[in-house]
Amino acid sequence: MASNAKSAPRLSAVPDTEGRFGPHRFGGRYVPETLVPAVQQLAAAYDAARTDPAFNDDLERMRRDYAGRPTPLYLARRLSEHYRGARIWLKREDLAHTGSHKINNTLGQALLAVRMGKKRVIAETGAGQHGVATATAAAALGLECAVYMGSEDVRRQELNVFRMKMLGAKVIAVSAGSATLKDATNEAMRDWMASSEQTHYIIGSVVGPDPFPRMVRDFQAVIGREVRAQSAAAIGRLPDAIVACVGGGSNAAGVFYDFVDEPGVRLIGVEAGGRSTRLGDHAAPLNFGQPGVLHGALSYVLQDEDGQTAIAHSAAAGLDYPGVGPEHSYWKDSGRVQYVSRTDLQAMAAFRLLCRREGLIPALESAHAVAYLEELAPAMKPDQSIVVNLSGRGDKDCAEVMRLAGE
Amino acid sequence: MTDLERKLRARVEAGEKMLAPYVTAGYPDLATTAEILRAIDDLGLGCVEIGIPFSDPVADGPTIQASFTAALEAGLKVKDLFATLGTLAGELVTPRIAMVSYSVACRHGPDRFIAAAAQAGLAGVLFPDLPMGCEPEVGRLAESAGLADVMLVAPTTPPQRRAEIAAASTGFVYYISVAGITGERRELPAEVGPNVAALKQAGGGKPVFVGFGIGRPEQVAEVTAVADGAIVGSALVRQMTECAKAAKSPQATGLEIRRFVQGLCGGLGKAVTARK
Repeated sequence: MASNAKSAPRLSAVPDTEGRFGPHRFGGRYVPETLVPAVQQLAAAYDAARTDPAFNDDLERMRRDYAGRPTPLYLARRLSEHYRGARIWLKREDLAHTGSHKINNTLGQALLAVRMGKKRVIAETGAGQHGVATATAAAALGLECAVYMGSEDVRRQELNVFRMKMLGAKVIAVSAGSATLKDATNEAMRDWMASSEQTHYIIGSVVGPDPFPRMVRDFQAVIGREVRAQSAAAIGRLPDAIVACVGGGSNAAGVFYDFVDEPGVRLIGVEAGGRSTRLGDHAAPLNFGQPGVLHGALSYVLQDEDGQTAIAHSAAAGLDYPGVGPEHSYWKDSGRVQYVSRTDLQAMAAFRLLCRREGLIPALESAHAVAYLEELAPAMKPDQSIVVNLSGRGDKDCAEVMRLAGE
Repeated sequence: MTDLERKLRARVEAGEKMLAPYVTAGYPDLATTAEILRAIDDLGLGCVEIGIPFSDPVADGPTIQASFTAALEAGLKVKDLFATLGTLAGELVTPRIAMVSYSVACRHGPDRFIAAAAQAGLAGVLFPDLPMGCEPEVGRLAESAGLADVMLVAPTTPPQRRAEIAAASTGFVYYISVAGITGERRELPAEVGPNVAALKQAGGGKPVFVGFGIGRPEQVAEVTAVADGAIVGSALVRQMTECAKAAKSPQATGLEIRRFVQGLCGGLGKAVTARK
């Protein structure tokens, strides 16, 4: 990490040794004392692994030969024509094994678990994409696996529950609290408190106590590095803008991170605007929330005046989370990344548009990023380029889209 | 030294063992919380932990979490709780401390939260999800408000860090008997004894209380054979749940809880005589 800007620290040079991002100290380790040794041990193990060529060789081999990386950067000609503006490129994370970017993180963390001598991994999951990616990595590396999932989500995502079971994972339904992703996360942390000696907790996004936000970002940053190389080859320069959806924020952090020190590249994160801007109707903490502590980190969050977590809503289960990764809070406050929101209906329209114009069924999460093109693309010139991170495929969402469309 | 620590140390020096019951605030309503606090005030308790409900407790087991969910659904607000505690401050002699997620204090602003807690007559705060070193400012804020900042030590905490926490904690040191969440356990691990003894030494005589997993008089006896006090949470909240299910009045619940706490006190190393 050479520093070429002596006056201002590089935006990528975070977090500090306490896991804090920027002057507002987003991040940190707000965990019960019981977990402090576990996160310290994990941080030490990760710091050793990330600079170890043997670990990186293993990870590179699994990414290439198992997950199918690099994923293509596809010029979406018919979508570009539709907007009559900038050229639109799709980063095809939907083509990665298991159908989304989630595998990038779970392979990295599962390899780390093996390296740490842990025999068992656990995970939380909302829609089930991260659960499936964890169960997959666990099966491939011979680890025992348990996935916590809100009972409401177990009901809504039957197919993914079945996939996880096929892969040998134990799926544990959580009915406490609101019975959704945040409650599944609480339950996974509880498991880890009692089991950390033998168990590694594979968090699914750039959230949680340090080192999770930076570790998950690093494992996902392969997306942005590939985009850089692919842009150079296909466009001849860096893209002018990159758009990604933001729930917890792992696909966005992954595609943005390699570009945060490139001021010529606009970065836009799209949160779930849900049904309305009222608390409880959306999942957009960066747009409508304020800083608070949830799941081990200080970051923007949806809370009431007593710090009680608000219910989040999005048609996209993977965005349906009241918090967001601390690095996104840092990028928001520093002005580096622009965060906008798109509603359920706008995402639904974008979902259909991408199906019809490109023959791609996107995840409803990714459709939020596509939905922002309507505003962005026409305002840009035909010689400019936008990269949209197509974080996952939408097979899992077809039933939900049919239901919402009343078909 | 904080008031709480002075009081607890004096009782330790007098050879007493103490019980510290945990009561979920606003469960099922604030009137019941007030009646419980009144009903157990003359039992010679070390202190009472007032658990402020949080929507996403990570360290709590199902019993306490369910009580949190019910209290929040009934509309509990921190300002109403502090107002109730403020009106009781003149009549209660047992020190009260607030056990609360740092998420709640952070949203209020740690300075304003601690000032409001002091205003409500609390003797200390305990943030179960704020480990030593994460927000050093909080300890200073508590100190200047005259409140104890009680810290926890876990069985997983390495020796060096245990000693540092024992030195930094004020009021008393809270030793977590088991790695995991709150809730009753059939048996407590054998290493509780030596670990508590080591903490006593590291804290320079600071009182050490043991919590998590303790729900029966025999267990109270077991831990207070080595520790200065025993903390009972889930078992007591379970009694509160029974009372709520039976739709008992706040007064009747208070008496029921008093009976249960008296039973637990029977397990203390030395018989506790009712005061006043």
